Amino acid sequence: MNHPADTGVASKNPTGIGASLLRKEDMRFLMGRGNYVADIKRPDMTAGIFVRSPHAHARIVSIDKQAALAMPGVVDVLTGEDLKTDGVGGLPCAWPVVGKGGAPTKEPAHPAIAQGKVRYVGDAVAFVIAETVAQARDAAEAVVVEYDVLPAVVGVLDALKPGATAVFDDIPDNVCVDWEIGDRHATDAAFKKAAHVARISLVNNRLVGNPMEPRAAIGEYDRSRGQHTLYTTSQFPHIVKLLMGNFVLNIPQHKLRVVSPDVGGGFGVKQFHYAEEAVVTWAAMRLGRPVKWVCDRSEGFISDAHGRDHVTEAEMALDEHGKFLGLRVSTIANMGGYLSTFGPNIPTNLYGPLLAGVYTTPAIYCEVKAVFTNTVPVDAYRGAGRPEATFVLERLVDVAAIEMGIDKAEIRRRNMIPKDGYPFQTPVMMEYDSGDPGGCLDKALINADWKGFPARKAASAAKGRLRGIGLCTYIEACGLAPSRIAIRLGVRGGLFESAAVRVHPTGQVTVLMGTHNHGQGHETTFAQIISERLGIPANNVEIVFGDTDKVQFGLGTYGSRSLAVGGSALVKAADKVIAKGRKIAAHMLEAADADIEFADGVFTVAGTDRQKTFAEIALSAHFPVDYPLEILEPGLEEQAFYDPVNFTFPCGAHIAEVEIDPDTGVVELLSYVAVDDIGTVINPMIVEGQIVGGIVQGLGQALYEDCVYDPESGQLLSGSFMDYCMPRADHIAPISIETHITKCTHNPLGVKGCGELGTIGSPATVINAVVDALAHLGVNHVDMPASPNRVWRIIAEAGGASRTA
Amino acid sequence: MQTFEYLRPSSVSEAGATLAKMSDARPLAGGMTLIPAMKLRLIAPTALVDLGSLPELNGIKSDSKSITIGAMTTHADVAASADVRRMIPALADLAGGIGDAQVRNKGTLGGAIANNDPSACYPAAVLGLGATVTTSRRTIAGDAFFTGMFETALEPGEIVTAVTFPVPLAATYEKFRSPASRYALVGVFLARLASGVRVAVTGAGTCVFRAAAIEAVLAEKFSSEAVAGLRYSPEGLNSDMHGDAQYRAQLVGVLAKRAVAKLTANGGKA
Repeated sequence: MNHPADTGVASKNPTGIGASLLRKEDMRFLMGRGNYVADIKRPDMTAGIFVRSPHAHARIVSIDKQAALAMPGVVDVLTGEDLKTDGVGGLPCAWPVVGKGGAPTKEPAHPAIAQGKVRYVGDAVAFVIAETVAQARDAAEAVVVEYDVLPAVVGVLDALKPGATAVFDDIPDNVCVDWEIGDRHATDAAFKKAAHVARISLVNNRLVGNPMEPRAAIGEYDRSRGQHTLYTTSQFPHIVKLLMGNFVLNIPQHKLRVVSPDVGGGFGVKQFHYAEEAVVTWAAMRLGRPVKWVCDRSEGFISDAHGRDHVTEAEMALDEHGKFLGLRVSTIANMGGYLSTFGPNIPTNLYGPLLAGVYTTPAIYCEVKAVFTNTVPVDAYRGAGRPEATFVLERLVDVAAIEMGIDKAEIRRRNMIPKDGYPFQTPVMMEYDSGDPGGCLDKALINADWKGFPARKAASAAKGRLRGIGLCTYIEACGLAPSRIAIRLGVRGGLFESAAVRVHPTGQVTVLMGTHNHGQGHETTFAQIISERLGIPANNVEIVFGDTDKVQFGLGTYGSRSLAVGGSALVKAADKVIAKGRKIAAHMLEAADADIEFADGVFTVAGTDRQKTFAEIALSAHFPVDYPLEILEPGLEEQAFYDPVNFTFPCGAHIAEVEIDPDTGVVELLSYVAVDDIGTVINPMIVEGQIVGGIVQGLGQALYEDCVYDPESGQLLSGSFMDYCMPRADHIAPISIETHITKCTHNPLGVKGCGELGTIGSPATVINAVVDALAHLGVNHVDMPASPNRVWRIIAEAGGASRTA
Repeated sequence: MQTFEYLRPSSVSEAGATLAKMSDARPLAGGMTLIPAMKLRLIAPTALVDLGSLPELNGIKSDSKSITIGAMTTHADVAASADVRRMIPALADLAGGIGDAQVRNKGTLGGAIANNDPSACYPAAVLGLGATVTTSRRTIAGDAFFTGMFETALEPGEIVTAVTFPVPLAATYEKFRSPASRYALVGVFLARLASGVRVAVTGAGTCVFRAAAIEAVLAEKFSSEAVAGLRYSPEGLNSDMHGDAQYRAQLVGVLAKRAVAKLTANGGKA
């Protein structure tokens, strides 16, 4: 970190909480020793390739498998009709939401392979299985599908037009759910007394997640035991096991194992139960042979769930001093051609409740129409709803500041929840437990030299460049999620987490986690927590995850939950180990349980020098001598489940500076400053990586990434890295990170989460800077990505560019 | 990728004969476009005739007036050549800015111009310098080589063996990279030769072309001011998700202006 790390703890343990320990897992990745699904070879394994629809919307007239079946090496060709024959169910939505007036979310059938109709380019129509991938690929081209092509509906605004093509025949208006939150009347009243109303219309651009490792799945069936195994690139193998076993394939839970080994990045894209997982598991059962499918990059673009894709109108009512009186937001969100696992929840429950931001706005009303279109299903992508909410709010605050002539930092300060104002109940459901966004803002303004900006702007102007500075103060709800709240919001299950601490006779420890590590450094962070709690070196701790036969249950990794929820479960389990260790120590030291103290890995009889180390206790637990068996069992392994009482609320202030070349419209990021309140920091180095990575990912949305469909045909135009621009090293400027800690008040570590804050803060920050650079031209908004062509056109139309064309 | 035969001819004539005989065979000249297209199953040649290891197609030769570069010379080798750097630095810069390091280590001059991607860099140098393309059968003037989108004057079985670039008085290549692909969204190669000023534009149209309007202005007076007021017409230029025709026309003008400024700032020595 560029600034001394405030971790919120003072640990003496060199591998405990607060240490920037090198990541334990990195050696195997750096040495090419990772074990990804694509690396796994099962005996007698076959290869599968999906035939996917080239049309956005069409009736399937016929599928002729014969030519493909006759091709060399082909084992079978399966279609949606075969799914029907075998009684395979559709893919379930795990988080429908309740619409206006209690109306349920419409959940149309989502077959794993299309039946009757295809609804987006990439919708699977057949699965070809052969001895080799090359043979399957060749045969896939020989599957003859006759389509009756139908008009497609692509954009959300088009989907709502009267007479628009219906994606589902029985949902003629394409509306999946019409949802609302907040107090409409109170908000109307606030606008009636407003001295000023700021308005904005914006698009939150559609994104493709593009984790480095594409998805993959292997289905396997053990006929001798009737046991199914699915290897899959999932962020939550236990949920896949539950959804697929229970709702799709009707496999009893004790007969199904799901393994997610090393996974190369997820960003949300891998937290859904996908059709391919069910198809390979089903096909393996039919064939009695393992079936492997590995997605290639082009296929990922048209089969991984996409993110964002909102169109929004928003307005803010302010009094004459710039105090926020009310906020009204109306959003249309794209669901795509079917509901993905969490689809309807993202633009509703994870969006509307975040619209209070870090401010005291007393009245908020938000309505969201989620609509079906002939595009890839849309679901969570790093940040998931919260970047969209932050973008709306923080753009609107800037528009208000500009229109009312108030400094952008000052207008935020005037409306910010004060440091002593927590817990704070917002008008949109959330109760913030803690935070100090004002403290973050003060530090960020200093780190970014906010006051020195005019001089820098003048220096840029002298070179013919337009310089802008952008600020965003954000809050996010992380640590998904308190089951008591989430279940009321529609989720079909709990959102607690589990951890088990298994102590070996030697005192070394294996930890079994229900979360999943796919790049976040869990194997190090969780080992540090155990090191701190049990007083043993982190190297004596192994973190196990991603196998439903090893880990009893877990809800997986998403929503910045692993540390806040999984880490809390781990602390609980470790404390149970200590409690039992205390009993063993009391027995060994012939003292009362209550007289045993535990610190730094040593059990001591209070006030004496009689003690036993953690390793001695572990050994005794496995070689019990004269244990009072009626009150003390041998062995030392404890499991804990932790259900949070509230979300956690990381917050912070980000500032970016950009320079624009008015001749070409190129936006260059010059500097980025982040000051974040994320609660206790376990490993500052890992936190820095998470924050920087998130900021860069958000920079991608702001300036580069755009998932573009042809509005008529529904063909994906940005279907490869030749057209879909990921942020690269040379797009990045120096990023300054600082943490400013207030501890979460309701979990044992005081942690909040840091995985998503970068993508939540940086799009608004960067676009605010771009708009600031163009403000002298009367520009009040620039849609994302702020591409050279778009920015040049805005400048040219405002009369601020040299024109050579 | 579908199955194909991989052939390694021992001479250009053998390669030409093989390609003439097998109508579905394709020459492999680095493969930086061909192989990805095969992987995506956009094309499925029955055989690849690898020209890469033919020594007669490799290497850089120069005399006082020109540089001749073998068709299979990689972009990396051109970028690193001391002779090219000394005599036509704009060409070394152009080669060093193509794709990424992997592409530059495999991709070749001959492959690039024979493919004639509308956004490729090398065609701008061939046209901008008025180079001469030597093939297994003849020599072709650069002005006549590029005939349309992915189209050239090459006949079936005809192989580019070398390109001879005249040494200009001064030249520069200004490239506006597409942020995603790193191809030229627009690239302008501007050269001052004894015969006059040549301005070649890539990326903007369906095929590399000479910007006659800009050449005419610069022939009159070679100065930034001369091009400053020039508005390039978007008519006939490409429009896609990365740049509409008006934006590309804007870039043609901006890049031409920057090219002239660079050459005049360097006293015409770039």
